[in-house]
Amino acid sequence: MKRLHIWLGLGLAMALSACGEKARTVGADAAPYTGPSGSMSTFSAPGWKAGDKTSWEQGMKVRAQYGQNDHAR
Amino acid sequence: MARMKFICDTERCIECNGCVTACKNEHEVPWGVNRRRVVTLNDGVPGERSISVACMHCSDAPCMAVCPVNCFYKTDEGVVLHDKDVCIGCGYCSYACPFGAPQFPSQGTFGVRGKMDKCTFCAGGPEANGSQAEFEKYGRNRLAEGKLPACAEMCSTKALLAGDGDVVADIFRNRVLKRNKGAEVWGWGTAYGSRSQAREGGKS
Repeated sequence: MKRLHIWLGLGLAMALSACGEKARTVGADAAPYTGPSGSMSTFSAPGWKAGDKTSWEQGMKVRAQYGQNDHAR
Repeated sequence: MARMKFICDTERCIECNGCVTACKNEHEVPWGVNRRRVVTLNDGVPGERSISVACMHCSDAPCMAVCPVNCFYKTDEGVVLHDKDVCIGCGYCSYACPFGAPQFPSQGTFGVRGKMDKCTFCAGGPEANGSQAEFEKYGRNRLAEGKLPACAEMCSTKALLAGDGDVVADIFRNRVLKRNKGAEVWGWGTAYGSRSQAREGGKS
């Protein structure tokens, strides 16, 4: 009788073990990157306003010209 | 709308590998992965040329077209990026890419192959700009800091140009004109030869 109880207990534990598993879902990733959101880090280039697209584009243009075009210096 | 592009001026490139070093240092790229490399044609022969190559952030990117899990996306600035959480490391993108840009680290989630890693135009990934998670997966996000890619900004001879396609094309065109050259220095005829050149070659 005691042995039967042990076997029953073991069987029950195995049968219920799946109940503790977490459900797995697809597509739980963060939203894709959609461009600079305006967050400002300590490394940011001086003189441009984070989040201001026009300022960013202007800054990039200036950086490209002064940094790379040695005929324009 | 900016369309971020690289141009390498082969007349100026001196094969110093400063761009490669800058990239590896900026993003702490692991051993064995080269997001950028310098290729030399006709090495040791007079007239040899070197060109710095990385992801060219194609307007119609073949890697995006072949990816079975759609992990690639394009930012508003025309930068082709990928989500490492979605990538399965299958390697299709490396077969599709004409520049050999996709790299596969030997250590990582998928053992020998690893998740794909490539040049991000210093624009990070889908995580929050400048976050630790973004840095660990993709490296620094210089674009969000108002800066151009480290490789181009570090280039000692300014052979490697990066930025808005119109701006860098303008800089390059200006250089070519200063060298007293014209449209013959780039394009199909220069790369593959014109019909008249082929005929002349056949005669001799």
